[in-house]
Amino acid sequence: MCGIVGLYLKNDKYENQLGKLFSPMLIAMTERGPDSAGFAVYGDAVEDGNKLTLRHEDENYDWAALAKDIESNLGTQVDWFQNSKVAVFKVATDAETVEDFLEQNHEDVLIMSSGKSIEILKEVGLPERIVEMFKLGEMKGSHIIGHTRMATESAVTMAGSHPFSTGLDLCLVHNGSLSNHNRLRQELQHEGIEFDTQNDSEVAAGFLTYRLQQGDSLNEALEHALEKLDGFYTFTIGTKDGFAVVRDPIACKPAVIAETDDYVAMASEYQALTTLPGIEDAKVWEPEPSKIYVWERNSN
Amino acid sequence: MTTNNLAENTAVETVAGVGTVDLAKSSVRSLNQALHDQHDQMAITQWEVLNPKGQHNLAVGLDAKLKVDIRGHAGYYCAGMNKEAEVTVHGNTGQGVAENMMSGVVRIKGSASSAAGATAHGGLLVIEGDAGSRCGISMKGADIVVRGNVGHMSCFMAQAGTLVVCGDAGEALGDSLYEVHIYVKGSVKSLGADCIEKEMRPEHIEELTELFERAGMDDQDPRDFKRYGSARQLYNFKVDNAGAY
Repeated sequence: MCGIVGLYLKNDKYENQLGKLFSPMLIAMTERGPDSAGFAVYGDAVEDGNKLTLRHEDENYDWAALAKDIESNLGTQVDWFQNSKVAVFKVATDAETVEDFLEQNHEDVLIMSSGKSIEILKEVGLPERIVEMFKLGEMKGSHIIGHTRMATESAVTMAGSHPFSTGLDLCLVHNGSLSNHNRLRQELQHEGIEFDTQNDSEVAAGFLTYRLQQGDSLNEALEHALEKLDGFYTFTIGTKDGFAVVRDPIACKPAVIAETDDYVAMASEYQALTTLPGIEDAKVWEPEPSKIYVWERNSN
Repeated sequence: MTTNNLAENTAVETVAGVGTVDLAKSSVRSLNQALHDQHDQMAITQWEVLNPKGQHNLAVGLDAKLKVDIRGHAGYYCAGMNKEAEVTVHGNTGQGVAENMMSGVVRIKGSASSAAGATAHGGLLVIEGDAGSRCGISMKGADIVVRGNVGHMSCFMAQAGTLVVCGDAGEALGDSLYEVHIYVKGSVKSLGADCIEKEMRPEHIEELTELFERAGMDDQDPRDFKRYGSARQLYNFKVDNAGAY
């Protein structure tokens, strides 16, 4: 089943309340996905360098020591803060250098996301627990997408939880199942895209990353996705400045969008949108099959 | 699980004979129970449902001449299995509105998601906005009037009744159709297997005129519509095949 939700702010009016507005949306989708939950929040962007969301199983892991190790070995400055089992590292170098260093020297540290703006937080358990664990209500930013999972095909683990990120600042949540993910994963691996799991949704994220690397706009990448991906899906996608919703041509998986002057919100079910400000007067509609809906902020 | 404490969480306020249930205070289960309880007594015939907030299964299984107004958006299966009641949703509805309706009237002021009126045997479903995919799928005698568009696979394997679309119809309209009368004013993206355009005869103009009257749509001219129906090649037994047995 699964539930997906997204909130994209069209201006800065609600930026300080992004997490507060989003928390009840995620919790409202508990019935659709009680196994695990996660979200990708975009905000607090770094001008130079990059931001990585890292995770360690041990809540008492010594992040300060890791920061020092990165600083001395890579000769770069590191700003960091911890949030439960996760830490956000802001580095003055490119993300790949840090990712390679971590993979070689600290393989117990998981890289959840990397980019200028994105932070991915996800965990096994009820959405309400995840909201509290990461203090989602206090988070600020420009847009956020989330997922509540009811596992059907792979185990209930943190690794199988959404959102999936396979490229800088790109993230995807998925309701449905893909039928050609195995072959497509091989093709994408051949093109240099790396995957961490056997999950079908990660392949969709990887495909978009690949198309964007080829120079596609978000809209063009999604047009290619509609041609290439076989199966059932409603996707919500975040990029550094963009937000998109797309459903497969059969449109078995539900979706509803609400738009006001201040925001665009999507959810698997309308129930998840009822706590948003001004929802009574919002334009509310069901996105059409194989139609791409994209909102993008001008990057400067 | 407790199932016998319905009374304590049903807050029905009655003002001038109208029963009001605020779903911010009462559960959907207790709303439906309060409506079902009218079957024997008919103490309150007019109902207002406040704060539906997209919840599922609102006003389902009604079997009495009640008038129910739902003030806001409803979730899945709203007014499902309806019999005799007149349910109006002042907003949009999720999947399967009026599914398996037997009689009565269900009116949606906004738009409806997929499978509106699925398998419905009778009654009238009016959708003042658009309907999603599979509108009237497998219906068995209901009348559906949609002021806007309908999505793909509408009337798939539908057996009896009428679908009227004042806007456009999506792909594969009337696929594997039995004997439903389909009327569309706008464009049809594609017809499904065994669905063909048919001649509009006087009895069809008459049927449409009567339907618009029942639906309360006085701004539609039946002569603007085209009729679609079954070519009857798929579901009829062909005598040529008798030798196979």
